[in-house]
Amino acid sequence: MATEFNLTTHVEVDHQHDHDHEHHEEGFIRKYIFSEDHKMIAKQFLFTGLLWAFLGGAMSVIFRLQLGFPDLELGFLKPILGSWIDETNKLDPNYYLALVTMHGTIMVFFVLTAGLSGTFSNFLIPLQIGARDMASGFMNMLSFWFFFAASLVMFASLFLETGPAMGGWVVYPPLSALPEAVPGSGSGMTYWLISMALFIISTLLGGINYITTVINMRTKGMSFSRLPLTIWAFFLTAIIGLLSFPVLFAAALLLIFDRSFGTSFYLSDIYIGGEALHHQGGSAILYQHLFWFLGHPEVYIVLLPALGITSEIIATNSRKPIFGYRAMIGSMIGIAILSFIVWAHHMFVTGMNPFLGSIFMFLTLIIAVPSAVKAFNYITTLWRGNIIFTPAMLFSIGLVSVFISGGVTGIVLGNNALDIQLHDTYFVVAHFHIVMGSASFFGFMAGVYHWFPKMFGRMMDAKLGYIHFWLTFIGIYLVFFPMHYIGIAGFPRRYYSFTSFQAFNTFADLNMFISVAAILTFTAQAIFAFNFVWSIFRGRKAPLNPWNANTLEWTTPRLPGHGNWPGKIPHVYRWAYDYSKPNADKDGFTDFIPQHIPLSQTPHSNLEYENELMQKQNVTDDLKVNE
Amino acid sequence: MSGLIIGLVAALILVILFMLFRIQALITIAKGGDRPVGTSNKVNGALMLIVPIVLLALVAWYSPIAARNFLPEASSVHGVVTDNLFWVTITVISLMFLITNAGLFWFAYKYQYKEGRQASFFHDNTRLEVFWTIVPAVIMALLVFFGWKAWSDITSEPPKEAMVVEIMGKQFAWQVRYPGVDKQLGSYDFRLIDDVAGNEFGIDFEDKKAEDDFLAREMYLPKGQPVLFKIRARDVLHSVFAPHFRLKMDAVPGMPTQFHFVPTKTTEEMRSQLNNPQFDYEIACTEVCGRGHFAMKFKIVVVEPEEYRKWYAEQPTFLEQNPQFKGKGLSDLRKKNLAKRNAEQMKEQASL
Ligand code: HEM
Ligand SMILES: [Cu+2]
Ligand SMILES: [Cu+2]
Repeated sequence: MATEFNLTTHVEVDHQHDHDHEHHEEGFIRKYIFSEDHKMIAKQFLFTGLLWAFLGGAMSVIFRLQLGFPDLELGFLKPILGSWIDETNKLDPNYYLALVTMHGTIMVFFVLTAGLSGTFSNFLIPLQIGARDMASGFMNMLSFWFFFAASLVMFASLFLETGPAMGGWVVYPPLSALPEAVPGSGSGMTYWLISMALFIISTLLGGINYITTVINMRTKGMSFSRLPLTIWAFFLTAIIGLLSFPVLFAAALLLIFDRSFGTSFYLSDIYIGGEALHHQGGSAILYQHLFWFLGHPEVYIVLLPALGITSEIIATNSRKPIFGYRAMIGSMIGIAILSFIVWAHHMFVTGMNPFLGSIFMFLTLIIAVPSAVKAFNYITTLWRGNIIFTPAMLFSIGLVSVFISGGVTGIVLGNNALDIQLHDTYFVVAHFHIVMGSASFFGFMAGVYHWFPKMFGRMMDAKLGYIHFWLTFIGIYLVFFPMHYIGIAGFPRRYYSFTSFQAFNTFADLNMFISVAAILTFTAQAIFAFNFVWSIFRGRKAPLNPWNANTLEWTTPRLPGHGNWPGKIPHVYRWAYDYSKPNADKDGFTDFIPQHIPLSQTPHSNLEYENELMQKQNVTDDLKVNE
Repeated sequence: MSGLIIGLVAALILVILFMLFRIQALITIAKGGDRPVGTSNKVNGALMLIVPIVLLALVAWYSPIAARNFLPEASSVHGVVTDNLFWVTITVISLMFLITNAGLFWFAYKYQYKEGRQASFFHDNTRLEVFWTIVPAVIMALLVFFGWKAWSDITSEPPKEAMVVEIMGKQFAWQVRYPGVDKQLGSYDFRLIDDVAGNEFGIDFEDKKAEDDFLAREMYLPKGQPVLFKIRARDVLHSVFAPHFRLKMDAVPGMPTQFHFVPTKTTEEMRSQLNNPQFDYEIACTEVCGRGHFAMKFKIVVVEPEEYRKWYAEQPTFLEQNPQFKGKGLSDLRKKNLAKRNAEQMKEQASL
């Protein structure tokens, strides 16, 4: 590995030869399964992530059936769900909780962490910074296979006699620690913990790689101040993950101890199943602090990559530089730092010290400021652009919309006086599905549509993409916006049915509406599935630079081989956003000047500081030659 | 509502038909290079206006209808404050939401691709950026300030005269204990809990304060007087949620919590205000606690103070109903455990 590395980075001239050679040796297994090529690993993450997305979505359809049509006989689901449907043809309440728990875990961790960040960090980091591959292809491969193992374990837990974990995706103890409390806290919870431990290892292996690669392997001229915002986003995401996931690991480990070895980290004063347990002195709240120390940054772990992808796509398709490049980086750094000191806003009503509650409210509302700046910058990027609505662009615009719509309700929830009433109601479900679920999902889709040509060398069908977008966009608003109403009316989340309470026996028709909308929205994703699979095999052959974009990945061949560039790695001379630069036509360019074009080729369109830079560079180059 | 659903389904069917045509077209698509930006771009541009406007119209039409099913005005003193703050905040964020979304979709529509137009190379403007950093910051600061004030009041030390009620969560019910005439709850220990014998709270009856405690099947509260909920759980996490009082606090095993408030409307007053003779105040559970999480209901009855005093005086104490517990407590338990251990050891020795 080490020698191959040297070859690829330093002796670039001979590379072509090298590589052809290598290709012949690469068998099927090394190429498609235990591949160390970042592009193949990215596709592995993509396929696994998409499969999980469909499974997670299908689960939500099942529990939406329960919520929207409480009287519906679900016997027809028996072939799939088996004993989860009881003798009266109803979904068993325990398995309702199991579905909700699995849905949340899958969506947050497997789809939007591994699927989104795993796919695009892997695919784009080397391609956009001008590197042959990740710093360590081997660790990168391990990262995927740990994720895959985590997937298998989680999937297997669905088939356990006592069912998978049922404590919600946050798996708070004591519920998650005591098999007496709910059947899913037996082996289901053990599987959950093992799966998450594997998942965390995967994330750390990936993250270390992303960070190292971005720091060390940028091509000549690719300074941090010229990095595309995608890379900034992946880079910061990896740092957040590296700092926060170990804390979840610790939390999980202590939970394992409590469950299996009789310790009392989280447990105290418990009487259950007719017996007082021996545990004393533990704190259930400690777990929540540890969990949310990851849990809140996790929100940004799924969101930042989507925002990075959006920045790139909006600039490209507005044919305009991103507005406020530096402010975008600044606000991402701000968000990354602040994301570590707001976690306890999930715990305002846990009995935590009220003074601490006040502090966390202040910090939480501060984080709204950099987020607002980002939204404004996106909008201003559209202003006076020349917008081409590719499917990716549509999803990016959709992302900005949902990012705003979901973001503003965060201002309500971050206010602890208001959170008293709204905590753990459907208002929260609405909020995080819009700002985290939908926004990240849109970023994911935008990325797939935009980089599909580079991944598979073919185009996805645009018209199907438009239909997919509009149905999804309308769909998610119809599903999640009404949940605000239900939440304001006080409906608690993770409820199997609302019939027991006078206060919550309204809105039956709205719940039905949401369920129908959810089923239709889910069904509409079939359009995407078809388009995706069809285009891999039958799509129109992709041109080299289908979107006329500036970043380096579009300088590779249609289907880049291992090593990405057959010849030398291009050098970089400018930022990624020279779109519609004045006077570019005089230099022979249309409305974009890619990053690898030297300033010396664009004398007319260079800005003043660029001319100065060029002169300085010439001088240093001369010096180098003289040496 | 069903009309809307039928509409949705019809729309989906249309789309599917359209897709079938697309697939036809797809099959015949030749490989090709760049395609010019065509009519689709115009369609998408138009939809950038149409879709948000239609959605907004739906919201405008439905919001007043939905509002009928919202919880009525709060029945507690602090609830009125937070309700006001809530609606002020909602107004502010609705404005933010409308302005920014309007900008987003309007620009998307307005600046859609036009042959020959050159996009502007506008990518920096310090003044603008400072402006829209400061504006949200100021708005946040104001909202934080009012929120903080409300929060500090709500979570302040309970008034001395507050009447205490203990609420304990267990799978899957709430249980409620009142201090007797001494106004003080007796101490408890989870090791004393014994469902079979009937001491579900684990009350320590060696504590004299426990002797006049009583349990209640429905929670009576006097209108207009401060009430302090002492909240705990004995198995897993639960959360006391009394929606009409705008009250929520987790019940944590091993860590008692509390919440104090002043109810402002009797159940009767609510019944006539809502024109619903069946109305009752309820407590629900909002921290997932297992199978019966969705059905942990407990009824609260708010009455005039005189009526409350009468009810209070009528309640028999726990010991009156369960005299076998008299004087039983922790030291008693310790004795019992010791005896058990000794017996075990004896047996062991005998078998050696
Ligand atoms: C098909 C689209 C989706 C629908 C209809 C849907 C619906 C729901 C509903 C109704 C709940 C609340 C259930 C309850 O509290 O009883 C829920 C929970 C949740 N959903 Fe989704 N969801 C969808 C997609 C997503 C996505 C993309 C994410 C990614 C962030 C996500 C993450 C979660 C999480 C974290 C929970 C909380 C699980 C828990 O309470 O432990 N969902 N979903
Ligand atoms: Cu958070
Ligand atoms: Cu409960």
